[in-house]
Order: sequence, then structure tokens, then C-alpha cells
Amino acid sequence: MIEIIDVSKNYETGTKALKNINLTIKDGEFVFIVGRSGSGKSTLMKLLLKELEPTSGCIIVNNMDLGRMPRRHVPKYRRTLGVVFQDFRLLKDRSVFENVAFAQRVIGVPSRRIRESVPAMLRMVGLSSKYKSNPQQLSGGQQQRVAIARALINRPEVLLADEPTGNLDSYNTVEIMKLLEKINRRGTTVIVVTHSHEMVEMMGKRVITMDKGMIIGDTAAEEEWYD
Amino acid sequence: MISSFGYSLKQGFKNIGRNMLFSLASIATIAACIFLFCLFYAIVGNVRHSTMAAETTVGITVFFDQGLDETQIQAMGQEIGAREGVDSIRYISPEEAWESFQVEYFGEMKELAAGFAEDNPLANSASYEIFLTDISRQESFVADLNSMKGVRKVNYSHSAVAALENLDRIVSLLSAGIIGVLLAVAVFLISNTISVAAAFRKQENQIMRLIGATNWMIRAPFLVEGIVIGLIGAALPLAGIFVLYQRAVEYIEEHYAIMTGIFSPMSIDVMFPSMVAVALSLGVGIGFFASFFTIRKHLKV
Repeated sequence: MIEIIDVSKNYETGTKALKNINLTIKDGEFVFIVGRSGSGKSTLMKLLLKELEPTSGCIIVNNMDLGRMPRRHVPKYRRTLGVVFQDFRLLKDRSVFENVAFAQRVIGVPSRRIRESVPAMLRMVGLSSKYKSNPQQLSGGQQQRVAIARALINRPEVLLADEPTGNLDSYNTVEIMKLLEKINRRGTTVIVVTHSHEMVEMMGKRVITMDKGMIIGDTAAEEEWYD
Repeated sequence: MISSFGYSLKQGFKNIGRNMLFSLASIATIAACIFLFCLFYAIVGNVRHSTMAAETTVGITVFFDQGLDETQIQAMGQEIGAREGVDSIRYISPEEAWESFQVEYFGEMKELAAGFAEDNPLANSASYEIFLTDISRQESFVADLNSMKGVRKVNYSHSAVAALENLDRIVSLLSAGIIGVLLAVAVFLISNTISVAAAFRKQENQIMRLIGATNWMIRAPFLVEGIVIGLIGAALPLAGIFVLYQRAVEYIEEHYAIMTGIFSPMSIDVMFPSMVAVALSLGVGIGFFASFFTIRKHLKV
């Protein structure tokens, strides 16, 4: 469970990126965070990744209070999250297999286990036949699948996707969304940051709308209100 | 653990390959620095070797007041021999002193000394020859001897030892200065090489950090790069010095055989093991610390 309690974030430049945000995301939920540029979506993601510290308030992820977490525990915390970016951030000098294996190598997973887990993960994202290819030989949709495989290979509890379809055509957008839904059905909490209303409407999931650093809409809260 | 180590090692070598020109420049600077270090190490080692040799050949001679009989002189000799810092002590009787004087001054014309056959001119010149364990304590030891009752005169060679000690000091200071400057240049160049490598791997480091790699895991490839550059930078001049030193010793022994009584170079077998240990530690140390402190700046993702 993710609890964001009264969180504000002011940058040194004076920009107030988040203003007293309160939000709860339950285990296994699929949530969209939507809003225009500068609404605070990316700041929220960075706070969840502990790349930034809130100016005030408290963030609790799976019973861990991020504000009280010692620096040495941050790498271990981040292993419970998977991250996907709009620009894929794949290593161009390595094959698809090595890009996915990379996430395991850097945390010391034995090679024998990597040889078993990577092909299974590539099967899951539908890229078994491309394991030898270089990222540049793949389409945008395929590159994003590799990035998703890399984010999931260490079995994170939460998947954070920052504009995962921002660089994709409509066909690939639908395919990636189907894949994220499949991952969510397996029990992983999925949080997708986007400004694509079409995609959000198509999926019919919980939508949190942000504007000027505040939450101005939450479909879960609205449903509760109607109930 | 083994997997992480293997990964870091591989990435470290990859970094070197990627920035070949920078890596070569760093290796060349470290090699120049360590070559000079080894050169001065050899010079200082040989000066110290000569000083130690002088300690065994330069002795102190003590003469005693007239009127003291042999028993009294030998008692004083025992007292001196028991002092701290005395390596060896030898009694030279007046007869022995006269014998060696005749050999030294008259050579083969011993008949010139025949007139003194019944009357030893050095009858009052019984003496002790003393060798110290540490020649640097010679001055204070001589002062002690001069203050002893019954001691007439103390002879010792001050200039030879002082010259060697001065030379040792000058060479040490000079080498420390030059090596210091070169070390700074080497650290600067390695730091630049690591910065370039860090720029190449910026995205990779960002991903590593977000995936949950520890700081050590992110640093490891850069540390490997620094250490390997330092190691190669130390190994090359060591190989060069090994060959050069051997040739130099052979040359000195062949062309300056006359000097070997005063100066005999240290054998490579004696000098090289410690030189290898110090030079490799220096190379690895420079590589490690330069990369460690440089990469800290680039780790903020």
C-alpha cells in the first residue's frame, strides 16, 4: 500500500510543485495519474522513487516511511519498485537479453538464475525471438516491452510508468496497455503517469487528476461518494 | 557476489577500451611518474647502501695518555666495548702500530726503519679501533670518548659520512619534490579519464541507481578502471627499470672497477622486490583514490 500524507514539495527555485497532497493506493491497484505539464505528476513519481525528498508530509510505501529511511536502505527499497520511462532508457550497446539481465546483474543475481529468468520474462512480454537483437533494431513498442521486462525482472511490488506510451503510435499504445493490465492481474500495483485522456478512458481504471500541484480529481473517491 | 565482481571487472575493462586515448595518456603519466620514482628509489637505495658500507669500514681510533700501562688501557677498552652502539672493538698494540706504519710509509724499503729497531717510536701509541652499529651516532660517541679520563686523542673520519648523509638527504628531497608534482599530474589525468567514462555511462548509472544498485556497485567499474590504469602504469616502468638497472650495474662494474672499493652498487635481487612492492602499491593507490574521489562527484543522479 502507498500512502501519501499531506505532502508538499517546493523547489529551490521557488516553484511549489506539490501542495498538501493526500493519496492512498492499495496493493494490486491500477492507477492513472493524469494532468498537464507542470501539474506535479513527475515530482510525485520522483518522490516515490526517493530521488527527491518532500518539503513536508510523509510517504509510506509497503509500511516503509521514506522520510525516515536511512540512505543505505534506499537501494533495497528501490528493488521493490520497477520503473518504465517514456524514452525507454535502454543500453544501446547491449542486446535485448543483456538489457533485461542488466537489472539482475547490478544487484548481484547469479548468472545461472539470470539465464533462467530472462528468457521467461522475454516470453511474458512477447519478445522471445528478439533476445539477440540490439534495441536500435526494434520498433518503439518493442523497445518499451524490453524496458517493461527490465522493470519486472526483479519481481517488484509496484510498477511506476512515466508516460510509457508517449513515444508510441496508437497500435503500440494499446499493446503496451494490454501488457500493463496483464502485469497488474498478476498482482503488481501499476501506477501510470500520462496526459493521454484517450488511453485513460479506454482502460476504465482509477484516475487521479492533478493540476498546479494539487489533486483535483480521483475517480475512486467519486465512486465512494456515489456509493 | 561473484557475478557482481565479474560484471564490475568486465565493465571496468570496457571503460578503458571506450576511452582508449585518455586511458593511454593516464597510463603514460603514471608510468613516467613511477619510472622517476623507481630511478630515485634506486639512487637513494644505493646511497644508503654506501652509507651502510661506510659504517663497516669507517672506524674511530682512540689513543691514551702517556704513562698508562697496558693493563689500564685494556680495562678502558673493556669499558668502551661495553657501551651501547659499539659493533666491534680491536686492540692495536704499539708493536702492531709500528709494523703497519713501516708497511704503509717505507713499503719495500724497510731498511730505512732499521735504526728504530730497538726503540719503537710509537711506544705510547697503543690504541683501540672501534666500529659503530649506526654511523649517525658517531659525533655523540666521539664526544663521550673525549670526555673519558685517560683518553689523549680520538681520530675519526667525519667528512666521508657527512657527505654521504648529505647526498642521501638531497636526493631524497629532490625525488620527493619531482614525484609530488608528477603524482599531482597523474591524479589529474586519471580524474579526467574517469570523468569521461562517467559521462559515457551517465544513463547506465541512472538506471542502475533506480533499479536499486548500491553505490559500491555503481562505483566498482570506475574503481576497476582506475586500478587497472595504475597497475599497468606501474608495471611498465618496473620492467624498464629492471633491464636498465642491470645494464647500469654491469657497465659500472666493467668500466669503473676502480670505484668499487668506494662505491659498489646494490644487486638487483636485493633492490627489486621492495621496489616492485612500493611501485605497484603506488600505482594501484593513485588509480584507486583518483577514481574513488572523482566518481563521487558523478554519482548524484
